[in-house]
Amino acid sequence: MTLTLDAKIPSGPLTDKWNNHRFELKLVNPNNKRKFKIIVVGSGLAGASAAASLAELGYEVEVFTFHDSPRRAHSIAAQGGINAAKNYQNDGDSVFRLFYDTVKGGDFRSREANVYRLAELSGDIIDQATAQGVPFAREYGGLLANRSFGGAQVSRTFYARGQTGQQLLLGAYQSLANQIREGSVTLYNKMEMLELVVEDGRTVGIICRDLISGEISAHAAHAVVLATGGYGNVYYLSTNAMNSNATAIWRAHRKGAAFANPCYTQIHPTCIPASDEFQSKLTLMSESLRNDGRIWVPKAYDDNRPPGEIPEAERDYYLERKYPAFGNLVPRDVASRNAKLVVDEGRGVGPLKNGVYLDFADAITRDGRDTIEAKYGNLFDMYQRITAEDPYDLPMRIYPATHYTMGGLWVDYDLMSTIPGLFVLGEANFSDHGANRLGASALMQGLADGYFVIPYTIGGYLSTFLGQPPLPTEHEAFENARRAVEERTRTFLSTKGTRSVDYYHKELGKLVWDNIGMARNRTGLEKAIAEIPALREEFHSNVRVLGSGDSLNSSLEKAGRVADFFELAELMARDALHREESCGGHFREEHQTAEGEARRDDENFSYVAAWEWKGPDTPQELVKEPLTFEHVELTQRSYK
Amino acid sequence: MHITLKVWRQTGPDATGRFETYEAPDISPEMSFLEMLDLVNERLIEAGREPIEFDSDCREGICGTCGLMINGQAHGPQRATATCQLHMREFSDGEHITVEPWRAAAFPIVKDLVVNRAALDRIVEAGGFITARVGSAPDANLIPVPKESADAAMDAAACIGCGACVAACPNSAAQLFTAAKVQHLNLLPQGQAQRWSRTQEMVETMELFFGSCTNYGECHEACPKEISLDFIAMMNRDYVKAMLTNRQRDGQKKVG
Repeated sequence: MTLTLDAKIPSGPLTDKWNNHRFELKLVNPNNKRKFKIIVVGSGLAGASAAASLAELGYEVEVFTFHDSPRRAHSIAAQGGINAAKNYQNDGDSVFRLFYDTVKGGDFRSREANVYRLAELSGDIIDQATAQGVPFAREYGGLLANRSFGGAQVSRTFYARGQTGQQLLLGAYQSLANQIREGSVTLYNKMEMLELVVEDGRTVGIICRDLISGEISAHAAHAVVLATGGYGNVYYLSTNAMNSNATAIWRAHRKGAAFANPCYTQIHPTCIPASDEFQSKLTLMSESLRNDGRIWVPKAYDDNRPPGEIPEAERDYYLERKYPAFGNLVPRDVASRNAKLVVDEGRGVGPLKNGVYLDFADAITRDGRDTIEAKYGNLFDMYQRITAEDPYDLPMRIYPATHYTMGGLWVDYDLMSTIPGLFVLGEANFSDHGANRLGASALMQGLADGYFVIPYTIGGYLSTFLGQPPLPTEHEAFENARRAVEERTRTFLSTKGTRSVDYYHKELGKLVWDNIGMARNRTGLEKAIAEIPALREEFHSNVRVLGSGDSLNSSLEKAGRVADFFELAELMARDALHREESCGGHFREEHQTAEGEARRDDENFSYVAAWEWKGPDTPQELVKEPLTFEHVELTQRSYK
Repeated sequence: MHITLKVWRQTGPDATGRFETYEAPDISPEMSFLEMLDLVNERLIEAGREPIEFDSDCREGICGTCGLMINGQAHGPQRATATCQLHMREFSDGEHITVEPWRAAAFPIVKDLVVNRAALDRIVEAGGFITARVGSAPDANLIPVPKESADAAMDAAACIGCGACVAACPNSAAQLFTAAKVQHLNLLPQGQAQRWSRTQEMVETMELFFGSCTNYGECHEACPKEISLDFIAMMNRDYVKAMLTNRQRDGQKKVG
């Protein structure tokens, strides 16, 4: 049976959809809320904010995180800021403009209704975070400060030095701690979800492994909320944390949740280039640096002079040259692709010729070192610590790295996946960013989903189950799922092969980066589709996981995650191959304009590609959700 | 570079631990300390020996997951640096490096170099929040916050909760962590309503788990975010005020 996708977009004018829908959603009365149990997996911005808000409403909430503390989720590493259409700067911002910028920035591959709701809620997030004590940057008069960010011509980004994600996450974590203290949230830390349990077509719970004791346990609930982040670590090297993974969403996909737009991945333009083959992760330098830094490479090929000895006339400020209107502030996909172009041409800088310069000399001359230090001091320190070079004297070297994944589990307007009772929030879903996410929009989406969307929409689902307790965990649905997890663990431990999990993860990462990275073509994608299964076979027959399953064993944890990355990588390649157009982060070399810009094909590809699991030996089946645009005119994105 | 490592190995919370020595040849100075350990682990796995368990996640000094005692120093020799940001260029060829887990009674060892820091979460749950129901917040610009207060609160809020302050303290006290959490909120206008209850409950919860502060200042030296000792002084002052205020408030409560 083929899935049919109903996005359940409310009727009515764009500006009234969310309001009308909130009124139409069924409510659960306060006394009944405590009879409903909700499992939240993940404690980042989306998960922690959802759990705290749902507990405040009176639901019985259980939070599962594989971290030792909810505060360590990778949202904490977001640096630059969070967008909101407050128009505090009087520079012409509005809800409609934020909506418009986000749809355009996403290269017209997102849902208008979802994006409009996100823009509408953006201001409330700032209010909520401020009330919680998030120390946003302030002007001398005590009011909130803003800065501009890539892809926008207004200053709508709120920030807390270069640690905005940290501060917003701590705000959500503190609200969660408040609810834990009240007894309305039960926290399970160091617990990794390894299976979703589905019975009679709807979500009934999860199976987890206690990472310290190895115990495998079943947990039942009326609804499950996944807020487990993105899958950027499929590339091995990315700006994601070491433990970020796709297992929760992939396990749900295998149980029937459609996976949407897996090929939409974002390569962030400003990361520190790799220094050697042992590099374990890449570090991002906030995009806000592009406000004052100027990006350039030498005009000449193989120019080995130090940057200071290259005269102005022999430098190519290629973004300013090609995009005079936006200059260094073009969106991420455009900035990344152009960096790749100049490095591939042989004009890269640094010992491995794998970067471009981000130069602050002009900004320091113009504003003074103190001003630059106040704005970016912590980022400059971080750069110096990693590279042992002083960015006040030498230009930074940067290169794009995988940073964010726009694809994820398909959800409807209520954020419910194709499995009833399974809701997906934040980066784990596909909903709001289309084919490319604008800077400072991830924090906005995670918190909008958690604080302001799920508290309403989950009630509409739960109200139909009044009086029904969760399925007992002795039920055979739980038993079967638990046995499957135990079996998987045993298999990894008994394979006793010759190579480590990391070896296979690196090999997979290279394959994915080379063929499903910043620029894709048919030959490369077909190569990936041919080679990934072979490597996966080898992984399963030859991986070496030492130790036992009944204590802390990080190789065992990684083995499960890498196994899922293998399957996901293959789907990414197939999605990228089928999408015969270029849009946002998905750049097909066959589809570009004469100037080398992305060329969309709105006639044939203006849809969400959702893939339905058909079993381990059958390829997923493509199901399309058409996208219609009534309020934004489809144009070729131009930042010139 | 050739490094000789002496690493604490312990199979579980109740097991007896011991130091093991590992030779680590061909180490690049560009590697981070944790990448060096990754490589040592790869070689251990190749040799059929169980890898060393250690915690790490973001590897950019913000999540607070990693934390090792390196030659007796929390997070190693470089100032203002978490273990994951420490690079091998800070060490010299042929050096012997001792690697231990955080040492504190409140942080029981889970395995090898991994400890359980849940006690820090208990302190936050005791009062490290501003109760603000979602939906009830006024416009963010309604209450101006003096820039100096916002900046000072941010200085405190920069704490990453790694626990280095506790590990570095001869008393295993958690004053710097707790002060950072308390003062982040106490310094802001939004945090005033719960200021006195927060201070008392967080300080007293801290004392259930951790040792007492005797002003060594080792915590500040070890802190990867250089959280200032001033916050401890501010917390102590707030605690004294809290005791008086809370007693007065208790007296004013109507009974029956």
